[in-house]
Amino acid sequence: MSKIVIDPITRIEGHLSVELDVEAGRVKSARVRGDMFRGFEQILIGRNPFDAVQIAQRICGVCPISHGIESSRCVENACGVVPNKNGRLLRNLALASNYLQSHILHFYHLAALDFVDITAILKYSGNDEKLNYLKAWAASELSEKKTGVSAATACAPFLPRYGGDGFYIKDTEFNIAAIAHYVKALDIRMKAHRMVALFVGRVPHAIGLVTGGVSKTPDKATLAAARNILAEISEFVNSSYVPDVVALAKLLPGYTEVGRFGDFLAYGEFPDGPDEKDLYFPRGIVSGGKRMALDPSEITEQVLHSRYSSPSNLHPSLGQTEPAVDKSGAYTWIKAPRYAGKPMEVGPLARIIVGYTAGNADIKKEVDALASAVGITLPQLQSAIGRHAARAIESKLLCRKISGWLDQVEEGEKPRQECAIPDKGEGVGLGEAARGALGHWISVKDGKIDRYQCIVPTTWNASPRDDNGVAGPMEQALAGTPVSDEKNPMEAARVVRTFDPCLACAIHSVKAGAEIARFRVC
Amino acid sequence: MNRREFIRIVGGATALAVFPEVVLAGTKLTLGKASSRTPVIWLQGQSCSGDSVSLLNAGDPDIATLLTNHISLHFHQTLSTATGDTAIDILLKTLEQGAKDYVLVMEGSIPQKSDTFCTIGEVQGKPRGVREWVTLLAKNARAVVAVGTCATYGCIPGARLRTGGANPTGATSVWGVLPGVKQINIPGCPAHPDWIIGSLVHLIMNKRLKLDAFGRPLLYYKNTVHDKCEHLQEYKKNVFARAWGDPGCLYKLGCLGIDSNCDIPVRKWLGVNSCTGCGGGCVGCTEPVFPDTGGRGLFPMKKA
Repeated sequence: MSKIVIDPITRIEGHLSVELDVEAGRVKSARVRGDMFRGFEQILIGRNPFDAVQIAQRICGVCPISHGIESSRCVENACGVVPNKNGRLLRNLALASNYLQSHILHFYHLAALDFVDITAILKYSGNDEKLNYLKAWAASELSEKKTGVSAATACAPFLPRYGGDGFYIKDTEFNIAAIAHYVKALDIRMKAHRMVALFVGRVPHAIGLVTGGVSKTPDKATLAAARNILAEISEFVNSSYVPDVVALAKLLPGYTEVGRFGDFLAYGEFPDGPDEKDLYFPRGIVSGGKRMALDPSEITEQVLHSRYSSPSNLHPSLGQTEPAVDKSGAYTWIKAPRYAGKPMEVGPLARIIVGYTAGNADIKKEVDALASAVGITLPQLQSAIGRHAARAIESKLLCRKISGWLDQVEEGEKPRQECAIPDKGEGVGLGEAARGALGHWISVKDGKIDRYQCIVPTTWNASPRDDNGVAGPMEQALAGTPVSDEKNPMEAARVVRTFDPCLACAIHSVKAGAEIARFRVC
Repeated sequence: MNRREFIRIVGGATALAVFPEVVLAGTKLTLGKASSRTPVIWLQGQSCSGDSVSLLNAGDPDIATLLTNHISLHFHQTLSTATGDTAIDILLKTLEQGAKDYVLVMEGSIPQKSDTFCTIGEVQGKPRGVREWVTLLAKNARAVVAVGTCATYGCIPGARLRTGGANPTGATSVWGVLPGVKQINIPGCPAHPDWIIGSLVHLIMNKRLKLDAFGRPLLYYKNTVHDKCEHLQEYKKNVFARAWGDPGCLYKLGCLGIDSNCDIPVRKWLGVNSCTGCGGGCVGCTEPVFPDTGGRGLFPMKKA
């Protein structure tokens, strides 16, 4: 048996590495390591709860909108208010637009270089100006950079890469189309962010997300600009993104055999009616193929293998986090969240599986269509390829929903519900970041934040072994993955990237609060 | 790059069209020699990657043009294809060969209490702290650029705690680790892509960039937000918003535009909106004392 370390895993957010025990050409067991800690939430204690919406967004520059919204929800919950109609719709619009930028960024700019052969550009013989420019660029890099660092970085950041003929798709036509889409997607994801900025001022770290809704009253020009951008993004999603994922699934059939994990959790997202509980992507658990209602009191965080000295298996409302740099047996800064004692996968695949099992007609239709286009079954989608497929399906569905929400926004009407911070109170916000289930918990005392806690998607997915020694979802999904070349462990890196890890989110800390609080379940 | 193109790229907000044509501008570009592209090593410490994401939102030149025509991005945790040892080898080769031609960009703060709080890669089987990487790579760098408020001033990871204790990781800025190192500071949470690219292009072209007392290019940070604010007339007429969503100047909702320097009200985020224009208000994120710029938290009120 040999040990391989991949450190750093690039093309994700943040500092992640994996340690693999390899036997007979396959991963026998994996340890996923989160390599960065900031002690983030301690800064929130003693501050005005209104500050939380801004500060919590800084946990993550890729999914700030989700942190801003969950933070707003927990503060609103403590204030006893809910957003008004415009507040709900404009938040949905900002969040859905950020899903689009996040999913498109993930597929084309983070994951695609694991299978697209970018050197195919040298074989391009068409008339497209941009592709000919890229061809000339790549040729000049490769022909002029011959020695030392310069040779090692010819065509950086696209090369160097893991060597090995078998890793990259050989179909030149697919590769060249994918490269063209990589470039186009840079523009499309930027425009998705422009749409976010139209609604909430800025991104990353939206200034216009405020407790009760958003700060800007919607006007005709904003809505018209958003419609124009949406048309361009929808066209890209429908004519490039979804077909590219289908093509990838056919070209790399092995993707259904790796990265498998079977237990899913979703808090649900996009309140789609006057009742906040009416969620477009449903809430629930699917374990062993069976759907169950989600009971948030079943969530705990365990720390036996995490670098913390605080007690294990606490509910997030009671969570404690004392860093212990040299703790024996600990290998990560990520805690191990468990639902009823079990690890759970969260994210687009979890939302799609929970939604499908719950009978959501839109999700069912798109999943069935994609599965039949690829020629695979629903159980086969619970795999590496399923995570890519789920993001593409969500993008298609959200383009449609954004259009509907734009129609419902009431021009010139108030964008939020006003609220007053109570002297004392507790609140919880549960929703979905692009990467999965996100929860924020707040406790207010003397009008200030007394305790603040988040459990974020990558904490679930990249969790280490728990107190019983049970590996986290990504660790389990890595087991059995082929390692055809120990110097170039591409197959394992691919599986990790299908989870779209976000490490800045995954690791955070809370100082032990003075008071034990009970949280309403929203 | 000719003079006209230089002015277009680094120019003030006047050079920035709303909804600029964002494509690989093939006809406008003349592809230089590979050796004309300045190597850039971009390290992330205790960061949220927000400045990297902001960089991707560049308008003109767009990110593809930057990567192919202006710089050669040797290392970036979010963008490099290279992963694991393949990526770390580039940093090690840079150090071994004594390369001196690269610009070191730092995003995120740096923990001083223990290197274990933030590591990038393993060297001879041992994780290497970002503090050690920055110290080693800054030594020979042609220039050091700190991007975002974490790397420039410590920001939230380095903020003082209301409970009285020090921040748990000893998080600090590049200057905190390498006092006196000559560098350009591009604060902002996040920094605007024009500020990052404009400053890099100055370095590449060997053009002098005038800095203020906090190491910020005056080109972008000379005026206060208030000076160019969309609500300036309302301020002068004493029309103040009392709750978010009200019309009027945002001063009474804690807006820190008077205390904060940057050109966002005219430059705009993604060409379409600004912190003050969207009715939220300036939170003072370009200032060394963020998130306590006003000597208080971000928002003073209990009801809004």
